Amino acid sequence: MSTEWPLWEVFIRSQHGLAHRHVGSLHAPDAELAVKNARDVYTRRNEGVSIWVVKSSDIVASAPGDREALFEPANDKVYRHPTFFPMPDEVKHI
Amino acid sequence: MTHDEMLFDYLLRLGDTDVVFAHRLGEWVGHGPVIEEDIGLTNIGLDLLGQGRMWLCHAGEVETRIRGAGRSEDELAYLRDGGAYRNLLIAEVPNGDFAATMARQFYFDQWHWLLLRGLARSANSRVAEIAAKAVKEVSYHVERSTDWIVRLGDGTEESHARMQSALDLLWPYTGEMFAADEVDIALSAAQVVPDVRALHEPWLASVAAVLAEATLTVPTGAWMQGGSGRGGKQGVHTEHLGHLLAQMQFLQRAYPGAQW
Repeated sequence: MSTEWPLWEVFIRSQHGLAHRHVGSLHAPDAELAVKNARDVYTRRNEGVSIWVVKSSDIVASAPGDREALFEPANDKVYRHPTFFPMPDEVKHI
Repeated sequence: MTHDEMLFDYLLRLGDTDVVFAHRLGEWVGHGPVIEEDIGLTNIGLDLLGQGRMWLCHAGEVETRIRGAGRSEDELAYLRDGGAYRNLLIAEVPNGDFAATMARQFYFDQWHWLLLRGLARSANSRVAEIAAKAVKEVSYHVERSTDWIVRLGDGTEESHARMQSALDLLWPYTGEMFAADEVDIALSAAQVVPDVRALHEPWLASVAAVLAEATLTVPTGAWMQGGSGRGGKQGVHTEHLGHLLAQMQFLQRAYPGAQW
């Protein structure tokens, strides 16, 4: 039965102000039940205040074979990291 | 019966219905059609168990007022025999297939939500507080079972047929939910509980609306289990309760006071 149900990716926002994070995936027959299943599977321990689900098949991913072309050029461009600036301790979520 | 004796009996009805229902849902652990549903059903079971604990705990406090010594929630749940249980018969009906479990859940959730909403306005503040907490959980239960009824009813030919026969099978257990005996009538006159008879009309309207959307038919059978004042609420049960309690109570009976 589960093989007939589409796969959904689940994103949970844990508290106000933070972004939704990918937490896992599940099977459900449609979007409404995907949200309910996500509630039951991923928020049982008070993890979230908001749920997004998206069909896994709707996600466009980069191809592993393109890794060198996509990501290696950034390796030697250290000046793109903001590590040359001292950050005040009070600044969170950076 | 004094007011407290009736209140004690009524709290057992609420608590026992939750605990027995929770046990039935727990029987789905490892047997759900998919893991997501396995978790979903048992979450609902855990919600009901939590509510059952609150009702039985309060029952024990009321029992202390009556007799000077009241039983704990565990003693009430694990050390009473079937004849002392006061749960609705619909809670003890075996799970059957997924359609039967959902039909039972749907009939019960729709009633449970109406009842708790009424109990949340109780003149007894403790009852009102427990109900106000529980009604939030049950609002979700209602949504979930309603979703399934619509999807199975308006699904394939087989799911439609199985859903309809499950609704027909469970229908005779719905009458007891609205049958008032002297305890119901006296407590509702004292504004402690809603008049359960008045819940039938809104219940039937909700059930009929969902079944229409699900392309299913509202069963019409007039004969009801336990509707004659001799049902679960009075301690007269189906043959299934004894088997359920034998499993549920085994540990505390075999190893009295065991903790882990």
